[in-house]
Amino acid sequence: MDNVITATNLTKQFGHFTAVDQISFEVERGEIFGFLGANGAGKTTAMRMLCGLSKPTSGIGTVAGFDIHTQTEKVKKNIGYMSQKFSLYDDLKVWENIELFGGIYGMNDQDIKVKTDKLMYELNFEKERNMLVASLPLGFKQKLAFSVAIFHQPQVVFLDEPTGGVDPVTRRMFWEMIYKAAENGITVFVTTHYMDEAEYCNRVSIMVDGRIEALDSPKNLKAHYSAKNMDEVFQKLARKSQRKE
Amino acid sequence: MKQLLSFVRKEFYHILRDKTTILILLLMPIIQIILFGFALTTEVKDTRVAVLIPQSDEITTKLVERIHASSYFDVVNTIQSSYEIQKTFRDSQAKLVLVFENDFAAKLKHDGIAHIQLIADATDPNAATSFTFYVSNIIASYQQDMIGTMKNPYQITPEVKMLYNPQMIGAFNFVPGVLGMILILICAMMTSIAIVREKEKGTMEILLVSPMRPIYTILAKITPYFVLSCINFLTIIILSVFVLKVPIAGSFFTLVIISMLYIFVALALGLLISTLTESQVAAMLISGMALMIPVMLLSGMIFPIENMPLPLQIFSNVIPARWYISAVKLVMIQGLGFSAIIKEMLVLSFMAITLIVISLKKFKVRLE
Amino acid sequence: MLKYLLRKEFRQIKRNAFLPRLIFAFPLMVLLVFPWAASYEIKNLNISIVDNDQSSFSKALTQKIISSNYFRLTDYSVSYSAALKSIEAQKSDIILQIPANFEKNIINAQGAKVMLSANAVNGMKGGIAMTYLVSIINEFNASLIKDLMPLSKSTTNISTIQIDQQYRFNQNLNYRVFMVPALMVMILSLLCGFLPAVSIVFEKELGTIEQMNVSPVPKVLFILAKLIPFWVIGLIVINIGFVVAWAVYGLVPAGHFYTIYFFTIIYILTVSGLGLIISNFAQSLQQAMFIIFFFMLVFIMLSGLYTPIDSMPEWAKWVAAFNPLKYFMEVMRAVYLKGSDILQLWKQLLALIAFSIFFNIIAVISYRKSS
Repeated sequence: MDNVITATNLTKQFGHFTAVDQISFEVERGEIFGFLGANGAGKTTAMRMLCGLSKPTSGIGTVAGFDIHTQTEKVKKNIGYMSQKFSLYDDLKVWENIELFGGIYGMNDQDIKVKTDKLMYELNFEKERNMLVASLPLGFKQKLAFSVAIFHQPQVVFLDEPTGGVDPVTRRMFWEMIYKAAENGITVFVTTHYMDEAEYCNRVSIMVDGRIEALDSPKNLKAHYSAKNMDEVFQKLARKSQRKE
Repeated sequence: MKQLLSFVRKEFYHILRDKTTILILLLMPIIQIILFGFALTTEVKDTRVAVLIPQSDEITTKLVERIHASSYFDVVNTIQSSYEIQKTFRDSQAKLVLVFENDFAAKLKHDGIAHIQLIADATDPNAATSFTFYVSNIIASYQQDMIGTMKNPYQITPEVKMLYNPQMIGAFNFVPGVLGMILILICAMMTSIAIVREKEKGTMEILLVSPMRPIYTILAKITPYFVLSCINFLTIIILSVFVLKVPIAGSFFTLVIISMLYIFVALALGLLISTLTESQVAAMLISGMALMIPVMLLSGMIFPIENMPLPLQIFSNVIPARWYISAVKLVMIQGLGFSAIIKEMLVLSFMAITLIVISLKKFKVRLE
Repeated sequence: MLKYLLRKEFRQIKRNAFLPRLIFAFPLMVLLVFPWAASYEIKNLNISIVDNDQSSFSKALTQKIISSNYFRLTDYSVSYSAALKSIEAQKSDIILQIPANFEKNIINAQGAKVMLSANAVNGMKGGIAMTYLVSIINEFNASLIKDLMPLSKSTTNISTIQIDQQYRFNQNLNYRVFMVPALMVMILSLLCGFLPAVSIVFEKELGTIEQMNVSPVPKVLFILAKLIPFWVIGLIVINIGFVVAWAVYGLVPAGHFYTIYFFTIIYILTVSGLGLIISNFAQSLQQAMFIIFFFMLVFIMLSGLYTPIDSMPEWAKWVAAFNPLKYFMEVMRAVYLKGSDILQLWKQLLALIAFSIFFNIIAVISYRKSS
């Protein structure tokens, strides 16, 4: 099997607080992997460790075949990332943001231009191309952030609650983009707390208090916990939580 | 009133939570007053001197020894020819070159006159004036001793008294200045940044639409900074008195009163800056950077205001630090009473009221 | 990759509502206004005279003082305490007291006395006032000898050391000439210190730094992209300085422009590097601002701006030795006024190079892409 992400006993402590407690899992190439959990369950921390933004306290992990302790810069070349908080440059125009990150990942002016044209067309963004990012509505911003995260064709893209705060229509469109990326061979690692979104994933893991309590396809999980939908699965597991938000 | 108090308490907790910033704010004035208090002095000391002596003789040797022995000068270098003078200055080896005439002692004996040329690096004109004066005095006194008995009987001897600061300690002049500068800059920065930050985050709007009147909201916001600034004032004063040995010649109480008024003006100034700017960076650049230069140069802290051209003298009136520094000099150094600083009190009170009224108006406009 | 990072930085600066205006307006305002304030030429000192003799000699002395360029008579006071009042009211700077029997004592060759009391709160000003007054009295003494000395004791047999004074580099003792290059240094330091100090921590507060940290941007390039815009800003500022100094104050460097450019480039690297270090360590914008403010104030005050480094106590000289601004201030004044060249400023050059390498290495190390 071709695993793009592996984690073995990955742990992160902040002082006495163990945010992530010995989690282990694998993500296969081309998979859409859902990472579920209540607020404060440790999802974001786990994801930041995989992206090389945060150093693990113990445990091992690889992303795209590189070690997350020692080869973080190599990991970074092969991933895309979209943070919970919108973090493109508000004071740059749409195309300028794309150019910046294209350039950072080693593309040249010509490639960037061709790909930007194509992207603008696909997103139906031609009008907005020359607008400052600050003036875009939130839904547009999130689509843009996702497009920038996969602009350089990374092996894996990490999405941290990508659809927070947007309306259901935009969410749906967003998931269509995710599917398209997966079809193009990009592995998607996505955290969310919308349980309907969990249904869209190939496999999901559910984190409670820094540990992975369950990991399987939505179908198997529903069967195992004899639940009608993922929401019910989640309620059953999350009830065990000791942590307050 | 109770509402106001609980609000003030909330603001205190808020500020105290950020321990690093509090530490920076309390430590900063301590280090600055000690550094500036000791290091800022305009007295002439250890000025580097080079000498050019074509023929060394008894008199030139004695003169150079005497100059070197004084605390004003260090003779660091002997140069061989007048070509080296320019180079000596350009390399910054010396600030003063003494050029003795050929056959100095012989000429003095036979012709009754011998020349010394003082060539000064006048890049800093005041230092140049002072040290040429000192070196001339040393030469003159050497000559007095030389002719000894032949003293001129028809002579006026000046008796010199330096009032208020007999040892001419730099700190006497700089402590009021540094006090005025540090207080206004830190106060203005603290308030303007804190309020603009709330504006940036949008929390200020929430406060302003609450049932409390804007003036109370604002008062509550600046109260913790007022307390913090009073602590800073006290530490600076304690250090000045016990470490820098600048005594408080006048009444401590008067000093406290004028200082609290001044702190209030400075906070109100910060408030005004915060109403004029939209981002923390802009607020900081105005209150920390742009304000620094006028406060430093137009407050009378360094340059006497009466020497400035008239337009600038008039302009200096709007610098609060100018009035405060003048008041602190009068009370702390010259030991005068409250009546001597009535003008300063009135001007600062007027400034405080004006600043508060303008800022409140601005805040109200934002609300409507 | 650097190309793209630089484009980003320049676009952001250009689009900021405040910065481009600041970069031009700040140096212009400071250089147009403040050199006029920075005059420490002590002229027009105010003097109160208490003349208890009212004789022709006392009047002659008074006349000599008033007709000098330095003093302006505030008032004739009846007593010392009245004169002291005008010092307290800040109307006068120095008191000259001429005692009764002044003239009698001179003529009888008993030696007369006068009392001088200067307001020394500002030691510099008091000292200079005293210096001028004493030298006027000495001149008066010299004329007394000529007038009163009996011919038999004629001065021919007294040998004198004649002192000639020559002021170089600033013959007219113009204080503005001393301050303009210094103000250029101050402006450059403030802009190229404050702005970098907020640039990284600002991205931290906005969250945009995340997107950078998760990308393969090498730390060195990221820091370099932050530094280079300040080179450009700094060079704009220094050129504005050159133009204003020449057009308004008729001041051109006695040395070469390229010496100044060369040092400016190294110096900007130094202060901006320090700013970036602060930005890396600061947890919030507010902290960054206070820390850079602290450093800037200390650097400026201990730079020899208007109090000579030579006059400082030994330990403070050591502190000043770690002040990059001090070296650049020395360079600027030396090139502008004395025409020094790079070889003559090798000490300052070495110091600034050492600082810039040190600060920028720390800036790269302290920029953390992961926590």
